[in-house]
Amino acid sequence: MINASLTELRTALDARRISSVELADLFLDRIEQLDSQLNSFITVDRDHTRRQAEAADARIAAGTAGPLTGIPLAHKDVFCTEGMLTTCASKMLANFTSPYDAHVVERLKAAGMVTLGKTNMDEFAMGSSSESSFFGVTRNPWNTERIPGGSSGGSAAAVAARLSPVATGSDTGGSIRQPAAMTGVTGIKPTYGTVSRYGMIAYASSFDQAGVFGASAEDCAQILSTMAGFDPRDSTSLERPTDDYLKDIRADKPLNGLRIGLPTEFFGDGLAEDIRVALERALDEYRKLGATTVEVSLPNAQLAVPAYYVLAPAEASSNLSRFDGVRYGHRAAEYTDLDDMYRKTRSEGFGAEVKRRILIGTYVLSHGYYDAYYLQAQKLRRLISEDFTRAFETCDILAGPVTPTTAWKIGEKVDDPVQMYLSDIYTLALNLAGLPGLSLPCGFDTGKLPVGLQLIGNHFDEARLLNVAHRYQQVTDWHQRRPTP
Amino acid sequence: MILYKFPWFNSICKRMSFSREEVSKLASLACLAQSADELDTTRDKLTSIFGLIEQLQAVDTTGIEPMSHPQDATQRLRADHVTESDRRDEFQQLAPQTADGLYLVPRVIE
Repeated sequence: MINASLTELRTALDARRISSVELADLFLDRIEQLDSQLNSFITVDRDHTRRQAEAADARIAAGTAGPLTGIPLAHKDVFCTEGMLTTCASKMLANFTSPYDAHVVERLKAAGMVTLGKTNMDEFAMGSSSESSFFGVTRNPWNTERIPGGSSGGSAAAVAARLSPVATGSDTGGSIRQPAAMTGVTGIKPTYGTVSRYGMIAYASSFDQAGVFGASAEDCAQILSTMAGFDPRDSTSLERPTDDYLKDIRADKPLNGLRIGLPTEFFGDGLAEDIRVALERALDEYRKLGATTVEVSLPNAQLAVPAYYVLAPAEASSNLSRFDGVRYGHRAAEYTDLDDMYRKTRSEGFGAEVKRRILIGTYVLSHGYYDAYYLQAQKLRRLISEDFTRAFETCDILAGPVTPTTAWKIGEKVDDPVQMYLSDIYTLALNLAGLPGLSLPCGFDTGKLPVGLQLIGNHFDEARLLNVAHRYQQVTDWHQRRPTP
Repeated sequence: MILYKFPWFNSICKRMSFSREEVSKLASLACLAQSADELDTTRDKLTSIFGLIEQLQAVDTTGIEPMSHPQDATQRLRADHVTESDRRDEFQQLAPQTADGLYLVPRVIE
């Protein structure tokens, strides 16, 4: 049952082979037994979960269940969940019980899903390793000496270790795709503006998007369909007809004639050999499925790293100015005056990486430096976006690596922020352009660590992206491999 | 420290360097305290990060329009009607210190 797909879980629940309560208990027991080794959860509240499961069982009994009713999931702790701690993995919010649900949480709750708990992450979603959490590092279920990736490391690890069938995440610079690749699960970040950011604690508002982790593209498609849609409470939420992300999967759409673009810049020096080999094998599978590959170029892609690390910290410095100890969250115990209260509260409440990014942001937005850095980075954002537009003239989707290496050892890059930032080289560009991206497992390296294949779609092309991943998963079994136990 | 073999990274442009005073000023603007030790570590890390960021300066962006949002999204407007309800009491349950519906902070005006 722990390895069942969402479709199989639905069948089992409807046939009364298992109840929502039993299913929730199954996963909760696993979390209790195994999560001490992984630290993928920050908060688990069995009573809260049980009440939701009982309500789901009532709906199933009354015949009013939907496709996701009674199915458990975990939420990244960046999403506000009413009545539950919402910490963003920070001391600043360690005492914050949210008075409201994020849009994403609301939608999945309305569908009858059962929340198992809140997953661990890099503090305020700033990181690529899930090592900066106030609540301790999360470990990769494939090798507990290694990172699960970040910032949504907890969600990725929980799904990989089957502590939850699916989990929500957020992706600002790769924070769903990279941990998905490092833990051997499927993860998708949709087009910017398709999933409401209401109640998702803001890091960089023009980049942040909520997405989902699952064991398969098909499972991700079901959850994403429920999460997406216009929400007037998010000023960047797009008013457009709702997409059916499952339509190509359901129509069994073959891949004949699919043109897969391979950006030259993503296959150059710096890509680990093991990853290159796994990607080549995956592309061969795609050719067998009827797709063709074509070389494309994203000439400004390498500038995504400096551009992102100017723009995202700038937005973060603004977003995190709300944390001041006045209305909620941590407040320093001792202070002399208001300014001292702000300074002490924020210095005590934020970790080192968060503080660094706030300082970077403050600098690039300040008088005299705004043009040279912030404005320049915004112009680069335009150039990078245009690179993608041009690339999509000769292909339907892009494919490439997610990460230059597989999961590195815990502690290895923690003192070297530049090394950490450079590892985002393949994921950042699409966040600048607001495009959808997916990571699916496509093999292992010689150290038995998972390798991910990245698929990048044009705006609003999630249904195709998910189908392209799904077809590969029908002829390969990488996505079914599990770490023991 | 292992650098990735990205050719472009090896050609670092003019590297700027932060002084302790600059870091201290930034920290003050951002309402962050920095101890003497922290100032040095932060200065070194920021200098290193800006070494990466300086790559931006190599690109000629004359005539390029800045892009603030994907798809050049602009702020949606709505009718000027009250739609929210008053949940102040509920929200103030979360506050460190309140009185009479006000949030309490250290005295600002003498």
